[in-house]
Amino acid sequence: MTEKTNLARRNFLSKLPVAAATATIAPGVVLQSTSANAEPRSEAVTSKVRWGMLVNANKCADDCSACVDACDKENGMDIHSMPEGADAENWDQQKPRWIRTVKLKDIQTGHVSKLPMMCQHCEHPPCEDVCPTGASFRRADGVVLVDRHTCIGCRYCMMACPYKARSFIHENVDIKPTLAPRGKGCVESCTFCVHRLDNGQTTTACQDACANEGHHAIVFGDLNDPQSKVAKALKKYPSQQVRDDLKLNPGVYYSGI
Amino acid sequence: MKKMHYREWGIESTRYWGLLAILAGIIAVAGLAVLHMEHSGHWVTGMNNHVVWGTPHVFAVFLIVAASGALNIASIGSVFNKKCYKPLAPLSGLLAITLLVGGLLVLVLDLGRPDRLIVAMTHYNFKSIFAWNIYLYTGFMVIVVLYLWTMMERKMNGYTKAAGTFAFVWRLALTTGTGSIFGFIVARQGYDAAIYAPLFIVMSFAFGLAFYLLVLGFAFDWDNRELGDRIYMRLKNLLGLFVAATLYFVIAYHLTNLYATENHEYESFILLNGGVYTMMFWVGQVFIGSLIPMGILYHPALGKSRGAVNAAAILVILGGLAAMYVIIIGGQAFPMAMFPGKEVIESGFFDGTVASYSPSLPEVALGIGGIAAALLMTAIGIRMLRFLPESLADDKMDNRQD
Repeated sequence: MTEKTNLARRNFLSKLPVAAATATIAPGVVLQSTSANAEPRSEAVTSKVRWGMLVNANKCADDCSACVDACDKENGMDIHSMPEGADAENWDQQKPRWIRTVKLKDIQTGHVSKLPMMCQHCEHPPCEDVCPTGASFRRADGVVLVDRHTCIGCRYCMMACPYKARSFIHENVDIKPTLAPRGKGCVESCTFCVHRLDNGQTTTACQDACANEGHHAIVFGDLNDPQSKVAKALKKYPSQQVRDDLKLNPGVYYSGI
Repeated sequence: MKKMHYREWGIESTRYWGLLAILAGIIAVAGLAVLHMEHSGHWVTGMNNHVVWGTPHVFAVFLIVAASGALNIASIGSVFNKKCYKPLAPLSGLLAITLLVGGLLVLVLDLGRPDRLIVAMTHYNFKSIFAWNIYLYTGFMVIVVLYLWTMMERKMNGYTKAAGTFAFVWRLALTTGTGSIFGFIVARQGYDAAIYAPLFIVMSFAFGLAFYLLVLGFAFDWDNRELGDRIYMRLKNLLGLFVAATLYFVIAYHLTNLYATENHEYESFILLNGGVYTMMFWVGQVFIGSLIPMGILYHPALGKSRGAVNAAAILVILGGLAAMYVIIIGGQAFPMAMFPGKEVIESGFFDGTVASYSPSLPEVALGIGGIAAALLMTAIGIRMLRFLPESLADDKMDNRQD
């Protein structure tokens, strides 16, 4: 973080003479560009950044669900209750779930591993391909989202997602969290905590929770920045993408599975 | 050549209105079911985050497939110049439109946000088969209406062949699009197969003709019009052929899958140990939907009985619904192969397990409502306009051998 601030300061200082000159000649231009610098959310995201994640399954603790709980809290799944009259068993399969833990056993060797699964934020997302209205989309910075204004609830994206990462909202939603607005009849999935990213933060709720528990199984950051933690970790550890046979180039990597 | 006359459906008013009332009643129940599902949300259905397309899709896809097949009769007449099929063509075009509208109604009313249909009409992602289908389906209706116009307006008769050929090509594209909804899904083991497009086309021949035979027989019987053996036997033989062709494609699909080791688990799920899906496949799709109807249609005595042929057509429809159930629900219920070589021993989202789904009453009501809507529109259509020939008696068909 400090390193990044220093860089920004250096950049700013180096551009000062140019800015002073421009301000004299074209004050309108400089006004606009300073306001853009001041408000990170008013700038369009670019493909210079690709958000991604490395999950180290060896560090994922057996009896821990901190990432799932944190995601539920961050994105308002915890205030989401079973509709009156619903069958608990059915509801369990109908309620939204953005991140879940999966425990795997290697059929040949018997090796057991545990990992969190969520939207893999593919470079070529099948959900985006099949969405008839374009509501499923991938931002330039690699985050795959659903535009809840144009989602018609056809669920084709859920059919097409190879990671079963998406949830359909099966019921009326009374309390709508500001960070992750949700409504009956639309599809949603993990956003890489996009509300944080757009406000200048660089961590996700699941990553923070995992680190708070002392496991550090999730490393998140900019895959395009060779100096980022995630890029360094990916260079250091062998990793794989789930269903890499589909060549979707997910933004989430796993090691130790 | 004898001239063929067409006449509106002339059954007594009480019977006509009684029929409409029954169909409207079924549609009203479906309407209530939709209100219930849309008001409460999809939690009142059997659908969940694992089986996301349920019974409404079974009916909707079935009806859409049947719709394109219903047009086949007209195509045989005007594209392939079989004269004896020409008097059958107007009803064929009408059924194609009404079945499609029925299927689309079910599809649209099962959306999470049916109120946003306008969004689907104004925002397109042309990489999506669904987006293509919006054009393929609406285009189909427009083209078939034009085709009907060239058939039913004498001045336009000269254009029938051109319109019919265009409609035929369009319907092949349409069913290819419907089959490709599944064929293009790479994520799931049961889908991701190019054979879905031709499989759906050949299925459409059988399902569409089954509907056609039943509606034609019923409409003629109620109106005391003569439906001669000559044409009827041709239609029933054709149905037998289409059912056999469908079975061939189903066998080809499963054999291809069985050859590749990666599909063995899916195949054993559908063919051996998938519980309700295995039963739906063998009992519903294969026995009820294919073998028994073929047995009836090609049986020397039963094949001549109108009652038995009607029963065979009903079985083809039931078998078709079972086939859709196996493809749509079975394909989703089978766990996704996310981690090859690994066994899922625990999951917070039902990974690695067969997804559970049981159809709910509102879903079934909506699906049946779609069929009722198609039949209601057909009944009104043949009552209002001259879709039906006055007679299809053998002596009227003398000059229409080929």
